[in-house]
Amino acid sequence: MTDLPLLSVITFLPLIGGLFILLMKGEEATIMTNARNVALWISFLTFALSLILWINFDTNQLSYQFVESANWIKDLGIRYHLGIDGISLFFILLTTFLTTLCILASWESIQTRVREYMMAFLLLETFLIGMFCALDLVLFYVFFEGVLIPMFLIIGIWGGERRIYSCFKFFLYTFLGSVLMLVAILSIYFITGSTDLTVAMDFSFPLALQKWLWVAFFAAFAVKVPMWPVHTWLPDAHVEAPTAGSVILAGVLLKMGAYGFLRFSIPLFPSATVTFTPFVMVLSIIAIIYASLVALVQTDMKKLVAYSSVAHMGFVTLGIFTLTSQGVSGAVMQMLSHGIVSAALFLCVGVIYDRLHTRDIERYGGLVVRMPLYALFFMLFILASCALPGTSGFVGEFLILVGTFQINSWAATLAASGMVLGASYVLWLYRRIIFGKLSQANLKGILDVNMREATILASLGGLVLWLGLYPSPFLNIITPAVNELITNHKNWIQEESHFEEVRNIELTPQDIHTISVSDFHLPTPQGERP
Amino acid sequence: MNLAFEIIDLTLIFPEIVLLATTFLLLILGLFRGEYAFNRVMLLSKIALATVFIIVCSMPANREVVFHGVFINDAFSILMKAVVLFSALIVLMVSRKSLASEDIAQYEYPILILFAVLGMMVMISANDLIILFLGLELQSLSLYVLTTLRRDSMKASEAGMKYFVLGALSTCLLLYGSSIIYGYTGTTNYDGIANILKGVSSPSLPLMMGLVFLIAGLVFKISAVPFHMWTPDVYEGSPTSITTFLASAPKVAGFALITRVLISSFINILPQWQILISIIAIASMILGAFSALTQRNVKRLLAYSAVGNMGYALIGIVVGSEEGVMASVLYVLLYALMSIGVFACLLNITRRSQEINTIEDLQGLVRVYPGTAIILSTLLFSMAGIPPLVGFLGKLYIFKSAIAANFYFLAIIGVLTSVVAAAYYLWIIKAILMDEPDLTRWIEHYRNYRREPAMTVVLLGAAVSLIWLFITPGPLIRITNDAVASLFDT
Repeated sequence: MTDLPLLSVITFLPLIGGLFILLMKGEEATIMTNARNVALWISFLTFALSLILWINFDTNQLSYQFVESANWIKDLGIRYHLGIDGISLFFILLTTFLTTLCILASWESIQTRVREYMMAFLLLETFLIGMFCALDLVLFYVFFEGVLIPMFLIIGIWGGERRIYSCFKFFLYTFLGSVLMLVAILSIYFITGSTDLTVAMDFSFPLALQKWLWVAFFAAFAVKVPMWPVHTWLPDAHVEAPTAGSVILAGVLLKMGAYGFLRFSIPLFPSATVTFTPFVMVLSIIAIIYASLVALVQTDMKKLVAYSSVAHMGFVTLGIFTLTSQGVSGAVMQMLSHGIVSAALFLCVGVIYDRLHTRDIERYGGLVVRMPLYALFFMLFILASCALPGTSGFVGEFLILVGTFQINSWAATLAASGMVLGASYVLWLYRRIIFGKLSQANLKGILDVNMREATILASLGGLVLWLGLYPSPFLNIITPAVNELITNHKNWIQEESHFEEVRNIELTPQDIHTISVSDFHLPTPQGERP
Repeated sequence: MNLAFEIIDLTLIFPEIVLLATTFLLLILGLFRGEYAFNRVMLLSKIALATVFIIVCSMPANREVVFHGVFINDAFSILMKAVVLFSALIVLMVSRKSLASEDIAQYEYPILILFAVLGMMVMISANDLIILFLGLELQSLSLYVLTTLRRDSMKASEAGMKYFVLGALSTCLLLYGSSIIYGYTGTTNYDGIANILKGVSSPSLPLMMGLVFLIAGLVFKISAVPFHMWTPDVYEGSPTSITTFLASAPKVAGFALITRVLISSFINILPQWQILISIIAIASMILGAFSALTQRNVKRLLAYSAVGNMGYALIGIVVGSEEGVMASVLYVLLYALMSIGVFACLLNITRRSQEINTIEDLQGLVRVYPGTAIILSTLLFSMAGIPPLVGFLGKLYIFKSAIAANFYFLAIIGVLTSVVAAAYYLWIIKAILMDEPDLTRWIEHYRNYRREPAMTVVLLGAAVSLIWLFITPGPLIRITNDAVASLFDT
């Protein structure tokens, strides 16, 4: 390994690219072309660098890798602490990969204020990567919240008709969720004296406090996932965002919440997690079934895909809170798969939206006649979305169901029925758009995907098949990290139940007299784990 | 009583003497040269402020009490004075051009600002209720006149009148409170009061009454609820160049005053006034956030935002620990600097002869003045407390201190109102970045367009420091820590 701080480089390279675009001078048209090219090359370079992360990643090492640590706000003990493990590695790859595709996808569809658009995307990439690397709670919060600014602008400036309403809803909803997390982070700091995740993880919080902290973190993450019933910002945001905005929103931003559960909620508050497991499972199952039913009746393509995201993220939260090795690995796989598939579906919608400027399903039909290649790609992603074996969706959902069956067969049954619903709405969508008669007049001259679009869709399609047919390169890295998390979680629970016993011993005055000095080697109720 | 003083006493009030002398000289210059003196007086005022700023920064930081204990010089006073001088300097730098377009390019403007700054410096260094009153009155009277500087404007006169009447009332409350405190403790000296209160767990009712009146008089100056009523009217009524000043330096000075009075003389009865200040803080945060939501006038909106921000700043005072006060001081400093930045952006538009009144006037600003628009939006994001901007740092410290002292409800109300507050900041940002500009309105602007170096420097400086202070907050935090430590070190 080299001494180069690779994670920092990957995190801040897009930001530097953004600053470079800011300082460009010249004719309007030249700036537009240059901004596009710079953004593409910078994001591609970032992607290439993140591949080096993957190549150099040591599967046998269970602790954090590529760690960078420096004092930041000394006074508060806040550190600039970066590092990745098997869980976060692929999210970084997903981010860098999708950002490159997003910039490519906006090549022609964005014609106004291109320079600002590219800057916003590069800024967003920096925040997202930083968030997946951060090992300090405050640093994480900074990136987590920072994401709001570029996303707010992307929806608000380049969005559709109701963009203002949507971007405000998006911003305020998620901001409200995360400020409570800030309070929780500060109280963790107050108790442990540090905001470093690795320090806080070695600390056992009293159960009553743990529940409050868990709820505060849950508020932030549940809104981001989004879980039912706080999902209502998502359809609005998706519908109004430009195509690339929807892609990055569905592909990466939705993973922030679930990633937060894995990285913070479970390790920091093991007992509270167990306490709230039934609650989360119920919400997840409602999300799966309710969102699928709502998706069935949508007339807007983007809204339909947005609700399908809610349902798929329901699987993810279900998998995470099974707290079994299969369930959690499945959840991570499902997140990757959903990141690719939903991104691809939004891109597919974007392809025809660019041509006809409507998202109304009614206005389409019989596209297979004019757009055979498009129909092929679209079918692949539709099948991946309903988790056909051989596609990426299958691996994740199958593992999640296996994990869920071990915990609760009813939950698994309901979730599986959600899969059937899932298949029905996407297949119906496909039938209405691609098959049938090509009756609409303005569809007669529609063109098939061009080189650029085909490249984007083909690269996503390749990934879908790779994840579906040969997932071991991914699972080999994810599973050890997940197993480590699950084993640690079990150990922590045991220790904490022991602590709780000690805490709950009520002493009468007589007892106090009879306790001798030698009794004081008992583990302290609140303190560092041995 | 021995009324003599020593030479050392004079060296410690050297900055005040220099400022006073120059102000008089400039006043004479202005009187004799009349309107022609404006440019020269402006320039000389800036030089005077810069010189005094340097003198203040080079003062010895150890705690020194002179003139029989009525005047204090410590790290806290140095920091606060430096900030006041710095903000006044920036205000003069950014307002030169807009004064002309607002019809108030008179030499009284810089001179009144200098007098107000002198008053603030005395307030900050006061260690005695009488000196406090002197400083406060010098500041307030200058500000009353400043508000009505545009004599022909109905709005400005109304604002000035309102400010004066309410201000006079609050001064009465303050004096009344001070006299009760004097009656109870037999001294007006901060240290003396602190000595008498040492070991007193439940002070008598009259003393508490006096304290309540004193606090009422003081929070008027920082426009916290329920003494905030003047703020929106005065902000709206006075010309923007003057609002810029009102929104920055007086807030810092007023806050320094409250901090010093409460911490150095009444810290021993902290639990008694804690509840009072926390109610004021909560009310300010809530009222500031919700009232601003319905405002369409930018300056009124910013006035309510000031009310809300003072609420956050007071949280640290409620906590009462060194940590808390440090958070408050940091918050107020950052707020004052951001607020100058926001107003400087508005001035940058106003100086091209276009009044900015409603939010609609800012629509599509990014198409017309991209630089100003981007800096203004960044400032507003920062004020909303969104990382990675420096406004978040202030909020982080405030909430941390509240949680460390177990004031969870304050922290939770604080974060929730900050979400509400984010909504109205975003509303301005939306107008600036997302709406389409009414180009016919802006054509006149383009004609008048001329870059002004001082303005560019200030705006770029604001933009860079917003991010830079967040990335490397170390020096700023160290200075604030030292300053607050000197307040507790008695």
